[in-house]
Amino acid sequence: MAHDASYSAHDFKSVGTRPVRPDGIDKVTGRARYGADFNMPGQLVGRILRSPHAHARIRKIDTSKAEKLKGVKAVLTAADLPDLTDGDVAFHDILDNCMARGRALYDGHAVAAVAAIDARTAREALKLIAVDYEVLPHVTEIDEAIKSSAHVVREHVSTGSVDPELNMPPNTTKRSEFGHGDIEAGFRKAEVVVEGSYRTEQAHQGYIEPHACVASVNSDGTGELWVCTQGHFAFRHFCARLLGMDVSKLRVTSSEIGGGFGGKTHVWIEPVALALSRKAGRPVKLVMSREEVFRASGPTSATSIDVKIGATKDGRITAASATLRFSCGPYAGSWAELGAMTAFACYDLENVRTVGFDVLVNRPKTAAYRAPSAPMAAFAVESAIDDLARKIGIDALELRIRNAAKEGTKSSYGPVYGPIGIGPTLEAAKNHPHMKAPLGKNQGRGVACGFWFNFGGQTCTDLNIGADGTVTLAVGTVDVGGSRASLSLVAVEELGIPYGQVKTVVADTGTLGYNDTTEGSRGTFSSSMAAIFAVRNAIQVLRERAAKMWDIPVDDVVWEDGHAKARGKGHGNLPRLSLKQIAEAAVNTGGPIAGHSEIVADGAGVSFTTHICDIEIDPETGGTKVLRYTVIQDAGKAVHPTYVEGQYQGAAAQGIGWALNEEYVYGKDGRLQNPGFLDYRIPVCSDLPMIDTEILEIPNPNHPYGIRGVGETSIVPPLAAVANAVSNAVGVRMTHIPMSPPRILAALAAERVG
Amino acid sequence: MVEVKLWGSLGASAGGTDKVDIEAKTIGELLRKLAERYPGVQPHVTQGIAVSINGVVYRDDWSKELPEDTEIFLLPRLAGG
Amino acid sequence: MSGIAVSTTINGDAVEFLCQAEETLLDVLRDRLGLTGAKEGCGTGDCGACSVIVDGRLVCACLVLGAEAEGSSIETIEGMADGDKLHPLQEKFLEHAALQCGVCTPGFLMAAKDLLTRNPDPTEEEIRFGLAGNLCRCTGYDKIVRAVQDAARVMKGA
Ligand code: FES
Ligand code: FES
Repeated sequence: MAHDASYSAHDFKSVGTRPVRPDGIDKVTGRARYGADFNMPGQLVGRILRSPHAHARIRKIDTSKAEKLKGVKAVLTAADLPDLTDGDVAFHDILDNCMARGRALYDGHAVAAVAAIDARTAREALKLIAVDYEVLPHVTEIDEAIKSSAHVVREHVSTGSVDPELNMPPNTTKRSEFGHGDIEAGFRKAEVVVEGSYRTEQAHQGYIEPHACVASVNSDGTGELWVCTQGHFAFRHFCARLLGMDVSKLRVTSSEIGGGFGGKTHVWIEPVALALSRKAGRPVKLVMSREEVFRASGPTSATSIDVKIGATKDGRITAASATLRFSCGPYAGSWAELGAMTAFACYDLENVRTVGFDVLVNRPKTAAYRAPSAPMAAFAVESAIDDLARKIGIDALELRIRNAAKEGTKSSYGPVYGPIGIGPTLEAAKNHPHMKAPLGKNQGRGVACGFWFNFGGQTCTDLNIGADGTVTLAVGTVDVGGSRASLSLVAVEELGIPYGQVKTVVADTGTLGYNDTTEGSRGTFSSSMAAIFAVRNAIQVLRERAAKMWDIPVDDVVWEDGHAKARGKGHGNLPRLSLKQIAEAAVNTGGPIAGHSEIVADGAGVSFTTHICDIEIDPETGGTKVLRYTVIQDAGKAVHPTYVEGQYQGAAAQGIGWALNEEYVYGKDGRLQNPGFLDYRIPVCSDLPMIDTEILEIPNPNHPYGIRGVGETSIVPPLAAVANAVSNAVGVRMTHIPMSPPRILAALAAERVG
Repeated sequence: MVEVKLWGSLGASAGGTDKVDIEAKTIGELLRKLAERYPGVQPHVTQGIAVSINGVVYRDDWSKELPEDTEIFLLPRLAGG
Repeated sequence: MSGIAVSTTINGDAVEFLCQAEETLLDVLRDRLGLTGAKEGCGTGDCGACSVIVDGRLVCACLVLGAEAEGSSIETIEGMADGDKLHPLQEKFLEHAALQCGVCTPGFLMAAKDLLTRNPDPTEEEIRFGLAGNLCRCTGYDKIVRAVQDAARVMKGA
């Protein structure tokens, strides 16, 4: 049955409350099973050998000694993974990244793998594999990679430019361009112009759970994969295609997931584990070490961005332009494109132009990281906006309010906006007590806004009603941060029953139709929509069953407050039937009662946020302390407000870490210098204050309850909010993220000289 | 007949225009006809194109009907984290 | 197979196991004894996901060898609840939604329990520094700190 997805106002009973999550007990008692917590009978231990070189030709791999070691059951190289990608460049890149084919392209690139009876034997076997490398020149820094003298990372990657005349520098690819109006005319109209160049270093998602899986492939071509992933259906698709398996014969179960933030939307070790299992004829468990996670999963881009903005003296922006270079590792992505689209999305601009391109470097493949590419673009643009305000001599928040996009604005990436929340978040910031709090010596305050698209996509859910009237909601979107609680709330809201009567589970690929990955803030948006439709389908069945029980026409039965009620002449005094009563009678009224729904949940609705940050600098050490932090974001409708707050707080904390500390450091040898949590320092409890949140609810017109995705947007402003705060505290524009103590000391020294 | 606006890089693949008029009732028909008229657009279609109708982005639903007199804007099909 | 025989008490039960010399206590708990509540986030003592209490001291199980556990008494997350009665910290973590993905939670609960044993009435700052050995990438720590504050209040009242 087709259902209407458009928003209608509701008096919510369950949605908006804060019950305990259904998977909670398992998680506080240690019973929840994550990727590495699962075993199969007879399983082997898998291990991967990785390139110590940033760039090398693999002349020969001699595995004979490893194969002879007692207890080794399989040794794998790229030769065991034939190329089945059939000219599909994107798939070939995935294959090449999982196991180097002839050339190692970064420090940590997989070159071989083993499966053995225990960890000790597997480690021993790796040492016995002899790889003959011819070391080649490398480049790891983005600004080096685009110099005309730079060595070319991969010759056969075309610069992908739409215009060969453009004469793209080496290692650049995937040129993209957005904007409208006449940019030159806009700058001619400007009375004040600011320009700046900004750098951000590469950061990692830093999920606490390393990648882990257990794979089992049988000789009849069937297989099972247990894995921590954000999208088990997508993983099935990738793995089946890379290994030449039938999609339906590979059953993928998503474990509990210990964080992903985009990093678990890509396959890394899973095809290798399956291939090892196929070769060894036994299940294989493969778990990355933390060092492998840093060296060989997918961090975000390092960037180098130029921004120019012009305005009239009364603070109206007349033109804005940016050139964005995003590193992509050795494989082209659409990272700069996302930056180019999001850079100016908060503003109502007559003349705007952004150009982006990806830059190939000898670093691990870039992967998605929460609102991918938007934080770096926002850092550059929001820094320039602050500079512009200072130059004009008006308040930076006021400048943002004057130029904020609104309903009807033509967005900088193209389409015209519907109802959006940037104006309200800015107004809420202006009126927030945080903005009026006094600041002390060496302290500064920064404000920044952020934008993210949010997505919907393919979604499938099943709702099954048990014989006792309790309900199971099976969804296919992996729960990365409490979405099972939110989806239960939506189901009980629609059914009109108590929260405790529904249990939401994540189904495996063998038991539910295809679901897109939990990415793009889509989990709760799209699965809640599908859940609402599944419930509506089930209610239709429930009404039919009640009609049978009463022997009256189904049109005379309505569903209210979790009960079937008879309406119309003659049935007035029939006592209402509860879900439980109808379920108990199901065996005699037509069998099991269920509701299904398969949809493409489009219309996710864009999302905006404004952040305020106070910071204190220690001028002696260059150290920083975040004193106060406030997040104001539109949620459409907060289904479980506590988990919405949690998304805002977690995203802000990640952004703060990125702004102040986190960075990939490469040596001259092209090797990653800090592949561990000791030297890649993510924020700890004592680094942060409480993070205040304010949830705005501007209903999404394209969801029955008005829900928007909330997971990503709040990582967009922190780089800029923190940078603006630090810049205000030290009196110098900070242009390089992270603002680690040495960079802050250098800025202070420059100011003293300056 | 609907007027369709193209994002920068797509426009360049469609002979340097940022607007085209196309006789199409659905997203699917629109993309097919666009690629027929401008073969350079096909790689973008393969990579994924999303369609914004009145500011609402449709990434996947090719059966979506294109209303008259609304803004239709083509964008790259994106993914998130 | 050669192995070292080790006798311990785990969550009040006498437990004996054989392990190899290089195996950590975390390896033993997870791979030999099926106690997978303690997680390996780093294996180098930096994340606290593997926190357990050995003879009353909070340790990273990834930094202790299995063989070193001879004769000691070990508390893990699996022993924190009293049967089906949750510890106040567990209750408060649930109530405050102090977990999102939850992979850091066993470590935080052990560390918080240890903290409240030593300091039943900690300030916010003492909680923040007391838990600084545990990494959480999801929550921004706000709700974890509140859950510990609330649990401390309840436990004092008890
Ligand atoms: S696994 Fe022991 S501290 Fe990280
Ligand atoms: S809840 Fe995910 S790491 Fe803490």
